[in-house]
Amino acid sequence: MKYAYYPGCSLDATGIEYDIANKLVARTLGIELVEIPDWNCCGATSAHTTNHLLALALPARNLAIAEAHGFEQVAVPCAACFARCKKTAAAVQASPDLQVQISEVIGMTYAAKSEILSYLDVIGKKTGLDHIKKHVVQPLTGLKIAAYYGCLLVRPVDITQSDDPENPMVMDRLLQVIGAEPIAWDYKTECCGASQVVPVPQLGKKLIHDILKNAASYGADAIATACPLCMLNLDMRQKQINAMFGTQFHIPVFHFTELMALSFGYSAQDFGLAKHFESAESLLERMIGGKGA
Amino acid sequence: MRRIGVFICHCGSNIAATVDCAKVAEAARGFPGVVYSADYKYMCSEPGQEFIKAAIAQEDLNAIVVASCTPRMHELTFRKTLANGGLNPYLFEMANLREQCSWVHTDKEKATVKAIDLVKMAAAKANKNEELTSSTMPVHKKALVIGAGIAGMQAALDIADAGHQVVLVEREPTIGGKMPMLDKTFPTMDCSACISTPKMVEVAQHPNIELLAYAEVTEVKGFIGSFTVQIRQKAKYVDHDKCTGCGLCETKCPSKVPNEYDLGLGQRACIYKPFAQAVPNKPVIDPLHCRKLVDNKCGLCAKVCPTGAVNYQDAERLFTDTFGAIVMATGYDLYPWEEIYGEYGYGRFPDVITGLQFERMVNASGPTGGKLKRPSDGQEPKSVVFIKCVGSREPAKAKGYCSRACCMYTAKHAHQVLDKIPDAAVYVFYMDVRAAGKAYDEFYEATLKDGAVYLRGRVSKIYQEGSKLIVKGEDSLLGRPVQVTADLVVLATAMIPSQGSRELAQTVGFLPDLDGWYQEAHPKLRPVETPTAGVFLAGACQGPKDIPDTVAQAGAAAAKVCGLLSKSQLETNPMTARSNPAICSGCGLCVAVCPYKAIQLISLADRDRYGKRINRTVADVNHGLCQGCGACTVTCRSGAIDLQGFKNNQILEEVDALWR
Repeated sequence: MKYAYYPGCSLDATGIEYDIANKLVARTLGIELVEIPDWNCCGATSAHTTNHLLALALPARNLAIAEAHGFEQVAVPCAACFARCKKTAAAVQASPDLQVQISEVIGMTYAAKSEILSYLDVIGKKTGLDHIKKHVVQPLTGLKIAAYYGCLLVRPVDITQSDDPENPMVMDRLLQVIGAEPIAWDYKTECCGASQVVPVPQLGKKLIHDILKNAASYGADAIATACPLCMLNLDMRQKQINAMFGTQFHIPVFHFTELMALSFGYSAQDFGLAKHFESAESLLERMIGGKGA
Repeated sequence: MRRIGVFICHCGSNIAATVDCAKVAEAARGFPGVVYSADYKYMCSEPGQEFIKAAIAQEDLNAIVVASCTPRMHELTFRKTLANGGLNPYLFEMANLREQCSWVHTDKEKATVKAIDLVKMAAAKANKNEELTSSTMPVHKKALVIGAGIAGMQAALDIADAGHQVVLVEREPTIGGKMPMLDKTFPTMDCSACISTPKMVEVAQHPNIELLAYAEVTEVKGFIGSFTVQIRQKAKYVDHDKCTGCGLCETKCPSKVPNEYDLGLGQRACIYKPFAQAVPNKPVIDPLHCRKLVDNKCGLCAKVCPTGAVNYQDAERLFTDTFGAIVMATGYDLYPWEEIYGEYGYGRFPDVITGLQFERMVNASGPTGGKLKRPSDGQEPKSVVFIKCVGSREPAKAKGYCSRACCMYTAKHAHQVLDKIPDAAVYVFYMDVRAAGKAYDEFYEATLKDGAVYLRGRVSKIYQEGSKLIVKGEDSLLGRPVQVTADLVVLATAMIPSQGSRELAQTVGFLPDLDGWYQEAHPKLRPVETPTAGVFLAGACQGPKDIPDTVAQAGAAAAKVCGLLSKSQLETNPMTARSNPAICSGCGLCVAVCPYKAIQLISLADRDRYGKRINRTVADVNHGLCQGCGACTVTCRSGAIDLQGFKNNQILEEVDALWR
């Protein structure tokens, strides 16, 4: 399978280890990822809170480039980028006038014909679980993982086409295939606070705290994410949460592709596990005899 | 030669605002056969009808066109006007200028042109219309009531009290429906069982009512006045003539399963009465779980029965009966919220229950003896959250309609919690409080005074934390998210048509609406009739209802049935299909398309063109069964079948008029 790959800004910076793991997994599974040339920022949260047209034009340009190169499918690993791309495609599909307007703004034709997929859906829905299973050499047996989806991958459901906006199972099934034990928990799709942690820390941190607390209450050994910002919030801020709420959370958080890479036999040195804030070393020691670390 | 009078109705401003009625009347004067035309504000009113009658006399009219609303609304009205004016009612023709013109257009000029065309077509048909006469058919003076909840029981009692025979069919082992499951009824707080169980006894003892519990209607043939109905009596495995209802078998039965009557909160034996006051007060055997019937083991109930009433060889029994009228009273079920409410846990949390489960729990004869207990650990809940509109008023997820009874029963539940557990905290999440019945709003206000906290907003999530339920929602009046820690959550789930009601409607011969509720013939003027003559509606099968409305509607349906059964014969509809045997080839295509099974092939003695005696097969229409739908006439290759009042030449005349 061949996909246009839109890493977005995060995967060049705070989520760099996500990008590395994505590419390892793609290589193993025989998925060809072709980075969209000359891509720009999707606008993230800033654009759509300032200018509606700009918020549509920014993702449209990237998608138009992908279309111009003949790609029928675009893989988007970041949940926020995914949401913006999907929204843009839906808006353009719904309005021929808008399509003309957007094409004029970006100076190229955007037909909104290509299928936009989150990287989670590329792996979990398009690749085939049997195919993935064949590559598992180091099953993560006994590892209890809370699959965390956040909001933007699942909502609004008519745009994201999530399997179930209240209890999605795509990542859970993937985790099962690589031998781990996905847990049934309640905060799968609650918001991680996104960038609210910066302007309204007491609110944002509470949201993160609640997610960690619920995962811990179900005995999660780790949390798996499919979004660089969710990852950052849940991983980097545990120390701050503990200070604010007097808790003792030390839950390793992974990008789901990192766990897959581990199960495919890669070692932690092959991707960016060392870049995580909450150490996964002891967990991996216990899990797979330290082979990962 | 026809002398046609054309009457254009304004329907107030319904038509006149979009169609220039005077101009249409003027144009009509130029149509072939039209000798008189006029327009008037309300043609259906008494002065309007008098106006038509006067014109018939003065202008010597012998055919009438009224251009107004849909024939569904007033065709019958104007046919009667013709009859009163001395004309055969079938010399009447109607043009629909409202639904088919003024209501669907905005451009007055173009709408007027279309209205003129519609009237032109109607006038052309009026030129070809023929006098038709009705015949009569007998009425079987016996009613069938399907479903024996409070609606069916009330309808059966009212019809029986009027002196008519009634057969009351109920598919469950007991009659009573949902009402005896309830504890108390709003707004008077009288005991539900105390007012419903005596009715059950009255039904069982009424000399004019034949009660068939644990039975189902499997086939309906025929028509108003004469429905032939097949009923399946399910196997009870207990001979109710021998059984005394002592209950010994129930106490000895070793197999226990969840009791449907308690919605899984309690257990019952496999030879069982659904509840203590069941009618008939005699048990049946559950064939899916009884060890004797499943594995041929046990047999204890037969051993202990003092009268030898248990019969494991019992089998279902089919029989037929004939009825003049049918009352549908099939009631409702509750929306299976577990299937779609992932945010409420998909049914994973034992302490999230429905309103009906709450009723069983708070009911003195329920599984907990009236004590409020958490299903998970049996503890008394101190904090109870009620959520309204679960599945109702939620078109994106479930149903768009309001279930009408939930606002009130939730207020009642809140009151009951505060009454039984004085230190309890009660929260009600609501969208609106709809308390539009007699003494309803006062009841709601009293519940607020009791201390129930009403929070306007939806609940977005429920999850378990330890033994507690965390309920997250919104207080939209404060514009803030709220979080409540609850011991018990009660969902006011949407009413939906009872299971199997769609199939039953097909069996009886009518179609439910899009949500599956039984469609009344007219939302305002014929609320208890179905479009199928002789079939009436009672209770929640027509749409969500509370008990007072259900009982009122059941009485109305009974009155309609009594009106029908008071006649010994009915006039038939003369607008039925006729087959001309001279040109019928006997192909039988019409037999296959007839939805009413009104056509059969018969053998006709004839001579061939050499004069030799032969037998030909030809189609023959039963005019009692034929409803005049016309499916056969368009199927017939040779044009041998024609529908009276809608003959091929009459319809083609209309089509021709359009381009003339």
